[in-house]
Amino acid sequence: MAGKRKERARVASQRLLAPGIYDMRIATDLAKDAGCGQFVALYPKDKSTLLPRPISICEADRQAGELRLVYRVAGKGTAEFSHLQAGDSVDLLGVLGNGFPAGRAQRSMTAALLGGGIGVPPLLELAKELDCDRRIVVGYRDSQCFLREDFEAQAPGHVYIATEDGSVGTKGNVMDALRENGIAPDILFACGPLPMLRAVKQYAIEQGILAYLSLEERMACGVGACLGCVCQTAGVDPHSHVHNARVCTDGPVFEAREVEI
Amino acid sequence: MKTSVTIAGVEFKNPVMTASGTFGSGMEYGEFVDLNRLGAVVTKGVANVPWAGNPTPRVAEVYGGMLNAIGLQNPGVDVFIQRDLGFLEQFDTRVIVNVCGRTVEDYLEVVERLADTRVDMLEINVSCPNVKEGAIAFGQKADALYGITSRIKKAARQPVIMKLSPNVTDITEMARAAEAAGADAISLINTLTGMKIDIERRKFVLANKTGGLSGPAIKPVAVRMVWQCANAVKIPIIGMGGIASAEDAIEFLMAGATAVAVGAMNFVNPYATMEVAQGIENFLAGHGIEDIHEIIGCVNR
Ligand SMILES: Cc1cc2nc3c(=O)[nH]c(=O)nc-3n(C[C@H](O)[C@H](O)[C@H](O)COP(=O)(O)OP(=O)(O)OC[C@H]3O[C@@H](n4cnc5c(N)ncnc54)[C@H](O)[C@@H]3O)c2cc1C
Ligand SMILES: Cc1cc2nc3c(=O)[nH]c(=O)nc-3n(C[C@H](O)[C@H](O)[C@H](O)COP(=O)(O)O)c2cc1C
Ligand code: FES
Repeated sequence: MAGKRKERARVASQRLLAPGIYDMRIATDLAKDAGCGQFVALYPKDKSTLLPRPISICEADRQAGELRLVYRVAGKGTAEFSHLQAGDSVDLLGVLGNGFPAGRAQRSMTAALLGGGIGVPPLLELAKELDCDRRIVVGYRDSQCFLREDFEAQAPGHVYIATEDGSVGTKGNVMDALRENGIAPDILFACGPLPMLRAVKQYAIEQGILAYLSLEERMACGVGACLGCVCQTAGVDPHSHVHNARVCTDGPVFEAREVEI
Repeated sequence: MKTSVTIAGVEFKNPVMTASGTFGSGMEYGEFVDLNRLGAVVTKGVANVPWAGNPTPRVAEVYGGMLNAIGLQNPGVDVFIQRDLGFLEQFDTRVIVNVCGRTVEDYLEVVERLADTRVDMLEINVSCPNVKEGAIAFGQKADALYGITSRIKKAARQPVIMKLSPNVTDITEMARAAEAAGADAISLINTLTGMKIDIERRKFVLANKTGGLSGPAIKPVAVRMVWQCANAVKIPIIGMGGIASAEDAIEFLMAGATAVAVGAMNFVNPYATMEVAQGIENFLAGHGIEDIHEIIGCVNR
């Protein structure tokens, strides 16, 4: 893998995917180094927003040199990104983080990919990189089930939906959908809000299976230098020598038992 | 053209350093910048034993800068010597180790452990606003600063830089106390204590409630304080606070700093240190300046 770098790239396309959710493709050679569960950090142009915004890689087209990012407008930075159009320039830092270890899922296994809300996008690249039976369980607030067709294309007939309002699929969360559909995975991969990740961790421990969780934390440098983005670890972390690991470099993906969430 | 500067007998190939805590020990940003191009790498604060630091959120963006309350997380001096110094030895750059502690004894232990290493200088952090004990308590009262400085000077094998806090009524009083106690140099400014409140959640953004403000927002304050100290003490000054470009760095040099450090702006531009070093050279060349000393403190002459 080539080194990390900051570069100015071009927006290849951008479209609205669901209310407040954008789908942006960026033409960049960083795509060649990108793997599932890793992220890039985008810099807003507005100088009042100095820090880079971490966004997961939804898809990496290594041949075309294109990254696909799917994000929710959450504040000033993402609002600025949502106005970018094809041909506009965008500064980004990448490729960052330790992604999902797709290789841990052996061919004979059934992997469950669990995504909640804006944690759904990174599961798409993961689904593409996994070489085993996949059950994709994604949770949304309502019927705005963005990326659903993309998942269907990856795992036809094996995409399960949970919605908070019950408008599509199981009423409830991804764990409810997992149980309702009788899915019995051998390994779990998850990205989503903290309560969901806690439930996934508990389930994995009960079942005695591996679970890889993608965590989120406020970041400054994104490259492991500032120690701003730590999460608590079960054991002494080999880098920090305390019970802290850096989400931006040691993560964002951790095996569930490694982290105290 | 001469860009090298000397502080307490230590020569730096150029005046550009990294601000403690923003650059780790150089490993991470070594992927972006050639560490050989820097005057010095100033490391993250190191204590006698590992420190876990504060709970998260530890960082928050604010207009023109950021707040941090890392709480001096560090792996302790033993790991630091073995791993971080081992890494830095590969490069042709000076190494300044930032030292933190809760008690004077903590600081002395680190200073003594570093005595037999190839570290070029020590920077004593008595100005971190984010830890409950020690640290800033030594940096906000002139007599306390005098006391710790003289004890560290007795124990230290390397020249000692005292890092000053801007969270004081009169920074020159602190600079004078450090000088009188034998400090070889001073560095300033550390962060200004700040706060941010999330108005939707009606809560503090940082788990620590308060955090240190750094970035472009603090630059004018920092330049002013460097200028004040340059007129108050004879020992060299390392200036920092919001430096993003060579132009910013040159302001500090003209105010009286012998060297400068780039901090939070590394997060915005990982190449900032190298670009500042190159930009200073370009400025000197463009203005027909033979020796960087022609601009150091020039506004005070
Ligand atoms: C590893 C990682 C991957 C992510 N992937 C995605 C993704 O694929 N799609 C997506 O929509 N969002 C993703 N996020 C969340 C995204 O980073 C934030 O929504 C975004 O930074 C908000 O920026 P803003 O300027 O719009 O919001 P503001 O609230 O104005 O931002 C203020 C500051 O807080 C930070 N911040 C705010 N919310 C978050 C958050 N949830 N996590 C971390 N920092 C935050 C910002 O980066 C900025 O520094 C990811 C976060 C992390 C840590
Ligand atoms: C994330 C972060 C961590 C820091 N950690 C330390 C530290 O360990 N020791 C120290 O003396 N100063 C520390 N500082 C202060 C900086 O070295 C510097 O004095 C200050 O940030 C002002 O410079 P800047 O505006 O260029 O960042 C830290 C600053 C930041 C932003
Ligand atoms: S954001 Fe700086 S260490 Fe992770």
